Amino acid sequence: MRYAAPTSVAEAVALLGTEPNSRVFAGATDLVPQLRAGRPEPGVAIDLKKIPRLTSVAIDDGTWRIGAAAPTSDLTANEALTADVPGLVYASGLIGSDQIQNRASLGGNLCNASPAADAVPPLLVNTAQAVVAGPDGERTVPVADIPTGPGRTSLRPGEFVVEFLIDRPPPGTADAYLRLIPRTEMDIAIVGAAARITLDADGSCVAAAIALGAVAPTVITVPAASGGLIGQPIDARALAAVAAAASAAASPIDDKRGTVTYRRQVAGVLAKRAVAEAAGRARNGDGP
Amino acid sequence: MSRTHVRCRINGDDAEFLCDAGDALLDALRDEMGLMGAKEGCGTGDCGACSILMDGRLQCSCLVFAPEAEGSSIVTVEGIADGDRLHPLQQCFLEGAALQCGVCTPGFLVAAKALLDRNPDPTETEVRYALAGNLCRCTGYDKIVRSVLAAAAVMQQGKEEAAR
Ligand SMILES: Cc1cc2nc3c(=O)[nH]c(=O)nc-3n(C[C@H](O)[C@H](O)[C@H](O)COP(=O)(O)OP(=O)(O)OC[C@H]3O[C@@H](n4cnc5c(N)ncnc54)[C@H](O)[C@@H]3O)c2cc1C
Ligand code: FES
Ligand code: FES
Repeated sequence: MRYAAPTSVAEAVALLGTEPNSRVFAGATDLVPQLRAGRPEPGVAIDLKKIPRLTSVAIDDGTWRIGAAAPTSDLTANEALTADVPGLVYASGLIGSDQIQNRASLGGNLCNASPAADAVPPLLVNTAQAVVAGPDGERTVPVADIPTGPGRTSLRPGEFVVEFLIDRPPPGTADAYLRLIPRTEMDIAIVGAAARITLDADGSCVAAAIALGAVAPTVITVPAASGGLIGQPIDARALAAVAAAASAAASPIDDKRGTVTYRRQVAGVLAKRAVAEAAGRARNGDGP
Repeated sequence: MSRTHVRCRINGDDAEFLCDAGDALLDALRDEMGLMGAKEGCGTGDCGACSILMDGRLQCSCLVFAPEAEGSSIVTVEGIADGDRLHPLQQCFLEGAALQCGVCTPGFLVAAKALLDRNPDPTETEVRYALAGNLCRCTGYDKIVRSVLAAAAVMQQGKEEAAR
């Protein structure tokens, strides 16, 4: 294996293009354990962390630009970002220990394409876009279009994610993320649920999105659960309907962390709690 | 294939070593630099025995490719004492019997130092969260957590005395 640390997006694209068996990485917190488990080494490991655009986190004309290789500890330390998307920042802060958070990136979390990746449901409810660089230049795609199955993405050969774009949420909006794990730290989600809610001055819901992790081959959005909230107050009846729709949308697997029946049940419970938490934040003006 | 030449600073001194691109920084520190403090417990980021500071940030050196260290500043457990004077964390671990076999200890010390560097007066809960990435299979966590809290108190007291 060779190691390369390009300092510009163009240089990284050129390297990926000339080295067929190359692979980008940021924190390597997924890559190294996979190599240890016997995955073949890439010919060239391309370190994205030396490209300034890939590690910067900034708001620009009402749009957050989050570098795909920025460590999650830079997100949790960013108070302005936390005020705007508390659910996304909370989810980023759940990824592993302090040691892991000084390396783990959102680009890696998304492109490793685990159905249980914690940062992905909140990216989806915030309708985040990914700027993708490749041999044909840059294109912007919805984050939701990138994972296609466990460990698989829609990125074409020679492409990588440069940054994520999230429009600053409108007033009366907030997000939330909840996950259930077998212990209190350092484990993989049995289920994860994200919600983003916008309320009008009367507390009636004018926009809603819900996404679930670990209950399908990719993270999924659940329009059937969020659609029913529009025009309603977020009350017990609305939350019960969210729970039922989220459970119905879940098609999980059985594994050591939970059975199908259990995961389905938990998907409903977490979805409704995430909606309640997001709505509470939106009501209190804890969002932007 | 030719090996990569890496220049960096380790524990305050200029250092250089040769490595293969796929080597873990942990192996370069141990095998090339002879710094045996950081240990390999798992090699996959789960146990924290290999913890180091790289440019001030706590990291698992088993997850860092050795060439990534080029130009960086690294602190290992060997660098936290002041000459012959143990760091208050080391002294409190000794006095508090916070180790048995000692394999996890360098990682706990470096992780605890990273915590106290940014939060000199942590609560017990903050200590437990900050050490969640470090596993110990023999001592149990209570003595370790108490020793970190004791070291924080000693260091706060030292600061107050110096200010007087
Ligand atoms: C101890 C431990 C605990 C963990 N806990 C959690 C957890 O609680 N929740 C969770 O979701 N995950 C967890 N993880 C998994 C991992 O830390 C996260 O998925 C992390 O976000 C990966 O980021 P990275 O930068 O380290 O990815 P890398 O390992 O650098 O990359 C992962 C994959 O994505 C590709 N890739 C990386 N960046 C890009 C890019 N910009 N464009 C295209 N492809 C890219 C790489 O080629 C590779 O295939 C844990 C891992 C460890 C070791
Ligand atoms: S050896 Fe690095 S975390 Fe266990
Ligand atoms: S003292 Fe033996 S592992 Fe902690």
